[in-house]
Amino acid sequence: MAANTHYEKYRSNGTLLGNALEWVDARFPATSLWKAHLSEYYAPKNFNFWYFFGSLAIVVLVIQVVTGIFLTMNYKPDGTLNAAGIPGAFASVEYIMREVPGGRFIRYFHSTGASAFFIVVYLHMFRGMLYGSYRKPRELIWIFGVLIFLCLMAEAFMGYLLPWGQMSYWGAQVIINLFSAIPFVGPDLSLLIRGDYVVSDVTLNRFFALHVIAVPLVLIGLVVAHILALHEIGSNNPDGVEIKKFKDEKGVPLDGIPFHPYYTIAHDLPATVIFLFFFCAVVFFAPEGGGYFLEYNNFLPADPMKTPEHIAPVWYFTPFYSMLRAMVWNFFWLDAKLWGVIAMGGGVVILAFLPWLDRSPAKSIRYRGPIFKTLLGIFVFGFLILGFLGMKAPGYLFFGQGWLSGDVIAQIFTVYYFLFFLTMPYWSKIDKCKPVPERVTFK
Amino acid sequence: MSDQKVDNERRALILATSAAGGAVVAAAAVPFVASLAPSERAKAAGAPVVADIGRLAPGEKMVVKWRGKPVWILRRTPEMLASLEKVANRVSDPASEKSEQPGYAKNAARAVKDEYLVVVGICTHLGCSPSDKIRPGNAEGMPADWQGGFFCPCHGSQFDLAGRVFKAMPAPTNLEIPPHTYLSDTSILIGEDPKGA
Repeated sequence: MAANTHYEKYRSNGTLLGNALEWVDARFPATSLWKAHLSEYYAPKNFNFWYFFGSLAIVVLVIQVVTGIFLTMNYKPDGTLNAAGIPGAFASVEYIMREVPGGRFIRYFHSTGASAFFIVVYLHMFRGMLYGSYRKPRELIWIFGVLIFLCLMAEAFMGYLLPWGQMSYWGAQVIINLFSAIPFVGPDLSLLIRGDYVVSDVTLNRFFALHVIAVPLVLIGLVVAHILALHEIGSNNPDGVEIKKFKDEKGVPLDGIPFHPYYTIAHDLPATVIFLFFFCAVVFFAPEGGGYFLEYNNFLPADPMKTPEHIAPVWYFTPFYSMLRAMVWNFFWLDAKLWGVIAMGGGVVILAFLPWLDRSPAKSIRYRGPIFKTLLGIFVFGFLILGFLGMKAPGYLFFGQGWLSGDVIAQIFTVYYFLFFLTMPYWSKIDKCKPVPERVTFK
Repeated sequence: MSDQKVDNERRALILATSAAGGAVVAAAAVPFVASLAPSERAKAAGAPVVADIGRLAPGEKMVVKWRGKPVWILRRTPEMLASLEKVANRVSDPASEKSEQPGYAKNAARAVKDEYLVVVGICTHLGCSPSDKIRPGNAEGMPADWQGGFFCPCHGSQFDLAGRVFKAMPAPTNLEIPPHTYLSDTSILIGEDPKGA
């Protein structure tokens, strides 16, 4: 090795640890990866609490992977009835909860982790909307993010079938049937997803395979792509200005600080502690999350003969579920069922186009005008109302008032949701923005 | 790169190799995709079932399992049958033109014998099983002018006592009537058409 002239750059300081690192670095880019992504990745110095959620999403991903591995050691994807007349999968979850030492905590960490994942990711996405993090040149970071969101929805949906409770079963029935609304290929496609004419043991087994290996692999690959793209371009910040415009003589952005240790130790570690405090509080004291994290009807084994009186998806799907339900008209030559599916899918997919819909001269909400602030405020309010209504049975009335029909309000906010995006190229251009500073503002 | 001359022979070989490789990959994918389709066992599980309706009182409903789905048998009273007329102008497909049923059940009552409604209890929207709202009026949480029928808890579709969907509901068509044959006055074979039908 000594003859290799390139070897000099790995040369250590002569300590034992240094020599070990030298040996590794000459064979694997350990130090250079560490530098590129942590100790010499320069992030803007003006991050605020909105920048917690990306790191927290990784924390939750790790929780889900670890708890998931341990759950598979006792879980059985079996939809057939056992000797006691209980489906095998449902019985194995009860077994984990009641008889496996520590099993209920592992399961509650996993089920609470699912909801926590969506809380963190929704906030992370909203941060992007606040500060224009999806704008050029970060379009691909955003698109990878939308794909991660789609993967997460698939992962959550398939995972929800595994306990084989009433909500698992009927939720899967509804969502798989969504695909049958697609013209021509739809019915065959939903048959191919189920692998049977009804949701059955066959469906459960393939969802298990997809949930524990296929989707997580794709998900982790996308997370890597998301971070690589981010580190290539550099992070956005609450001012929405590029810190790479002003660099010192060594090429370090003047407004940048090394991600490690400044953001890892001083920013994300405390955030993780606070997050875990709330997370553990839920796991230990309210693991069902008031019926929102684990729905009560899912403590009943799946019964293919009877749909529960009240069926709703878990909270994180309800805004999009409301959009599905809001479509009750046939128009153009498509029927209402297909429009519902288009609205539900389109609601997610339209996010991917945000980088091209937004034509505002300023990226960050700090410098954007009143039109954006007003419309975004209504957008958030409408999205929350859609989420709320998606948990309620159809025909819900606000305050019991006939003129405040939930169905009509869901339709109004569904239309608003899409108009917000589709008219954005127009209103984002004419909005009165404040002048954007050259460098980040930081006190 | 741009200065180099393209070696047409090599390029042709690369194309041919890629095409052959692509064809092999596509062929190798066939068994994987095919394995997602229903297995022979799943296909064979659709055998017809016999329902004994001898003890079904007027106005009562029973459920039998056929191909993993609930099939309802509702013994309709004369008042129930009369309600079908009253809602005829409020249902979206009163004559069941767009809906699925065997020819022998494509009539006003959607039944072989008007008294017995035999219907697959799966909503044609997204496959939930509607709840019974058989009693007329608002006693079961329905509107006051409700004539009796079924209500899908998932997306709110309403059906009358012949499984016909009301207008402006998410469900596109009426509930499906399965093929069925009366073996006697008190037993129905579900899943098979009558001989000669």
